[in-house]
Amino acid sequence: MMILKMKKGDLSAFLDAAKEWGELWGPTKKDGRVTYSKVDGLSQMDLKATRTIIPPKKFLYPPRFTMFDYDQDGYVDRLGDVSKKVLFGIHPCDIHGILIMDQLFLGTYRDPYYAERRDKTLIIGHSCIPDDKCMCFVTNTEFIAEGFDLFFTDMKMFYLVWVGSTKGHDLVRMRPDLFNRNLDRNDILGYTEYRKWHSAQSKAKVDFNGMPDIFELGYNSPIWDKLGEKCLSCGQCSMVCPTCNCYNVEDKVDLGALAGTRERFWDTCMFREYSLVAGGHNFRDKRADRLRLWYTHKLQAFIGEFGKPACVGCGRCVETCPVDINVVTVSTALKDQELVK
Amino acid sequence: MCVQLDEREIQDNPFRPDLWRIVRHYPLTSDVNFYQARPVDNDEALRLDYIPGQFVMMSIPGEGEAPFCISSTPSRPGLLEFCIRNMGTLTSTLFTIKENQTVGIRGPYGNGFPIDKMEGKDILIVAGGMGSAPLRSLLLYVLDNRDRFGRLIYLHGAKNEGEMLFKEEFIQLKQRDDVEMLMSVDKDETGTWPYKVGLVTTLFKDLGKIDPNNTYAAVCGPPVMYKFVMQELVKLGIPKHQILMTLERRMKCGVGKCGHCAVEYLYTCIDGPVFSWWDVLRMKELIGRGASDKTIA
Repeated sequence: MMILKMKKGDLSAFLDAAKEWGELWGPTKKDGRVTYSKVDGLSQMDLKATRTIIPPKKFLYPPRFTMFDYDQDGYVDRLGDVSKKVLFGIHPCDIHGILIMDQLFLGTYRDPYYAERRDKTLIIGHSCIPDDKCMCFVTNTEFIAEGFDLFFTDMKMFYLVWVGSTKGHDLVRMRPDLFNRNLDRNDILGYTEYRKWHSAQSKAKVDFNGMPDIFELGYNSPIWDKLGEKCLSCGQCSMVCPTCNCYNVEDKVDLGALAGTRERFWDTCMFREYSLVAGGHNFRDKRADRLRLWYTHKLQAFIGEFGKPACVGCGRCVETCPVDINVVTVSTALKDQELVK
Repeated sequence: MCVQLDEREIQDNPFRPDLWRIVRHYPLTSDVNFYQARPVDNDEALRLDYIPGQFVMMSIPGEGEAPFCISSTPSRPGLLEFCIRNMGTLTSTLFTIKENQTVGIRGPYGNGFPIDKMEGKDILIVAGGMGSAPLRSLLLYVLDNRDRFGRLIYLHGAKNEGEMLFKEEFIQLKQRDDVEMLMSVDKDETGTWPYKVGLVTTLFKDLGKIDPNNTYAAVCGPPVMYKFVMQELVKLGIPKHQILMTLERRMKCGVGKCGHCAVEYLYTCIDGPVFSWWDVLRMKELIGRGASDKTIA
């Protein structure tokens, strides 16, 4: 790893230079809501905001896009038309989410649509200010060592900048005058202090230890039926979750033509049709069954296979679910065998 | 890890269907058709290889894409055969398709039957209804490589004579002395069925003595069938990891990305569709909620 130092006042000039690589996108606040927007520069961004509504997965894997154009002669890939983007201000939990997506989409049977966007998107991370919904302290996603091109840690008077890839290094080389390598004892002490401060912000009251066993023991627990009665099957939890990757595919026919497009769009296991097969058999007909699948995947199956939960502790489900079903309430209810209203 | 891919890694598209020609099709029953398909590209047809128990994703432009199990055997190369029931938008369009028209196909996908492990063993196949679609692949494969396997027994159950798939083909196999074909219908409404009447489990009475530790069983049929067939197989003493079944799920990708076929940490498309009875017992949702919930055997 390479760590550099930058004066705070130089960030704006650096981001202006980075625009040469691609469109600059960052967190902005509109009507009290934080979203990633295309911006002209640092002044339009809100770097103090804790989380955006939708995680950065939407850049690597858009909510809806065209996979193929088809006609009588077959299917033609819709690849190569993605614009280059520099994403600034991505927090460690969301980069952990991207790493989980990478594992899925770039592993066996590499997804070319994800790969192209991943290749054309620079991830520039930024340290965060946790709030009471953050759980990164519990999911071990508070800090990040890989998956980004650059990572900026705010040290009050200056930035410590981690260089995570050759592309990140290329950005640094655009304005080498803004960075220096002269790190000293005070930087170590300062960074140690920063980590202590960050971890001390934890207000998380959840603990995922032993979850695979709790889920196994609780498979037939009436808690699932109670949660199922509350759940609206709206699927917002999946839209905002950095590790939800499920999608659906449909063909769109051009009017009056034997041509059209094959499109891919976000799906969720909360929808009734998710496990429905031809002939009408539904493997997960009840809301309780579908809810259990979502949480089993995140907190039991994923831990069983990869040794860590498919939850990066971002707190979006806590903020979003209209009926208060989230990783905290579900894991607590399952452990205590009691659903707090 | 830093993600830096080269061009080739981005261009290779596992989701792009290839054009295949439907070279022949005819009805097997009132609502099930038999199809033979071959890649339009001749080189690709010659390269085609697969394992019994695998499936493909088949597309009709404008209608969408769905998984279909392969009914043919790789020991008869050059084309794939499918047995398809008319039950949805994609399949109803497949029923209007004419010979020589093209469809999109990609694959084959899935683990298939563990053929290498099954070699040298006795093979007991149990098919109910549409279950003979994937199991015919295994049956023909064993017949084509007859000296590499032990005893071959095929139990086939159909609702009635009219709904029996591959009726002529299977009755003809009954003439051979290197395969034991046992067939039943649930009901013989016409009074013309010459063999056993009753559920497929009644055929177990005619099995004779089997050597359970040296036997691999392969089962496919409607969800209701599993519980009863499994009881019989476990009663015979066949080890649970040697009882195999091929399962159905909704799929949108076939390559472990879209999520629809997930069961616990497995994807039916890449980790299956062939699973063992032991997998089913320890992973509750493989054959549907409740089907194995209270079964300890």
